[in-house]
Amino acid sequence: MSGEKFDAIVIGAGMAGNAAAYTMASRGLKVLQLERGEYPGSKNVQGAIMYANMLEEIIPNFRDDAPLERHLVEQRFWMMDDTSHVGIQYRSDDFNGSTPERYTIIRAQFDRWFSRKVREAGAIVLCETTATELAQEGGKVIGVRTDRTGDVILADTVVLAEGANGLLGARAGLRQTSTSESVALAVKEIHFLPEDVIDQRFGLHGNEGCVIEAAGTISRGMAGLAFLYTNKESISLGIGCLVSDFAATCESPYELLEAFKNHSSIKHLIADSEVKEYAAHLIPEGGYKAIPALFGDGWVVVGDAAQLNNAVHREGSNLAMTSGRIAGEAIFEVKSRGGRMTKRNLALYKTMLDDSFVIKDLRKYKDMPALLHTNSRNFFMTYPKLMSEASKNFMRVDGTPKIENERATTAAFIKARSRWGLVSDAVRLALAWR
Amino acid sequence: MTVAVTKLRVEDKLFQNRYLVDQGRPHIKVRPHEHPSANLLALTRICPAKCYELNDKGQVEIAADGCMECGTCRVLCEASGDITWNYPRGGFGVLFKFG
Ligand SMILES: Cc1cc2nc3c(=O)[nH]c(=O)nc-3n(C[C@H](O)[C@H](O)[C@H](O)COP(=O)(O)OP(=O)(O)OC[C@H]3O[C@@H](n4cnc5c(N)ncnc54)[C@H](O)[C@@H]3O)c2cc1C
Ligand code: SF4
Repeated sequence: MSGEKFDAIVIGAGMAGNAAAYTMASRGLKVLQLERGEYPGSKNVQGAIMYANMLEEIIPNFRDDAPLERHLVEQRFWMMDDTSHVGIQYRSDDFNGSTPERYTIIRAQFDRWFSRKVREAGAIVLCETTATELAQEGGKVIGVRTDRTGDVILADTVVLAEGANGLLGARAGLRQTSTSESVALAVKEIHFLPEDVIDQRFGLHGNEGCVIEAAGTISRGMAGLAFLYTNKESISLGIGCLVSDFAATCESPYELLEAFKNHSSIKHLIADSEVKEYAAHLIPEGGYKAIPALFGDGWVVVGDAAQLNNAVHREGSNLAMTSGRIAGEAIFEVKSRGGRMTKRNLALYKTMLDDSFVIKDLRKYKDMPALLHTNSRNFFMTYPKLMSEASKNFMRVDGTPKIENERATTAAFIKARSRWGLVSDAVRLALAWR
Repeated sequence: MTVAVTKLRVEDKLFQNRYLVDQGRPHIKVRPHEHPSANLLALTRICPAKCYELNDKGQVEIAADGCMECGTCRVLCEASGDITWNYPRGGFGVLFKFG
């Protein structure tokens, strides 16, 4: 490869890297993509819900051969305390059309498929190759070094799609290393069950799927979220909390996961399953305020490496795919105008991204991470317990006059949080959501 | 519920995973120390693969064979110099079949 120069080198074959490499290669650019795993996906972890629209913009007919598990017809959100949950549930037959809008996937399989498309589009994909350093000349990125040879592989642009734990950009001083407050650690297991058992337990038919998101005392006062997603013949479930909270509480992630699995609301859903893998990964949680510089002379950064992750809606893969696609389009645009990959020209990437849902959504929730972080005990301990108490009081039929049950509920809320505390939490939540 | 939790061995969980260990080339190292910092000590509890353990002299040691390359210890302890962290060589380390 020495002597050869690429239009772009893409670091990483995850959602963002594949989208970028595909976009550029299919427009005729000369693209090299490096992936440190044995195959694309072998290092990647996701829940995983995949949003169809964002992939459709890149590969319109992906439904023909992409490895998809189930399309989602039902979403549940649970507030959990130690022994119960209060939930909302949304299910609609409208999600059963011919082009469903979201699917569950298994990343190790999906990433391989996506990578095959990238190769077919003409990119060179090198697996088992870790990029070790960005080569710079006069403040401009000119290529990368890998652990294969010491030589620099040259390119006009480097697309950093390294994911949440990206080292290269940070070590080259292009962005800061994530702080423990801006990333969550998630642990996940995959549980195998026969397809018809899953159908029965969740009330599903054919390829329909159901997902559960859960918050509450299961994260033991830390800012966190648990999930359970149905695949065709397996269930993915996991839990994640901010790394800073883990460090402060010294709670162990696998103990949290065990407790979640043993919760009376979850246990029967995964009973008799066979666990085939245990995984861990970081999720960027800093939101809008944590987004680093997105471009410079000879480089752009996309996906999780750029903190483009919407923790409120647990959307990451679609922001990764979209930012990768837009970066690829911007680079192609600069190139076809005959421009060089200078900071000034690559600013086009930021302009296009600002115009997309990616930055608009993140800006909308810019105050959310800080609010949940500073109030984690209220949002993840006190309120779930109160919700459960309120529901119990509402449901109870034991001869107590209903008015007394209602008073008990109100009194419990005020005792736990004070009237002022309740109002202020509600106002702050509303403002952050706005 | 608590019974199951206390009996849990994370080694059994890691046993289900596939690894290609790069023998003799650990990708994470702990700086020699007398007393561990609070964050380094926390890793003995919060590393999801239980790679960090306390030895009988009260120092934190690492055995990175079961590492899932999540980066939690890097985010917490790299800046202070408590640990050095690099990705394993290409192709080595954890290999997720599902992810
Ligand atoms: C438990 C969990 C559940 C999630 N659930 C959802 C969900 O349901 N829906 C959703 O939309 N999002 C979800 N996310 C977020 C989603 O997974 C990420 O946003 C998405 O994977 C980001 O894509 P990416 O391409 O930026 O990074 P990644 O997918 O992490 O890809 C980075 C790639 O770069 C490679 N790499 C890194 N450094 C180097 C190097 N130096 N040299 C060579 N290769 C390198 C890695 O091996 C990897 O393949 C979840 C995340 C987790 C952890
Ligand atoms: S990277 Fe994650 S799994 Fe590996 S040692 Fe550090 S905390 Fe443990």
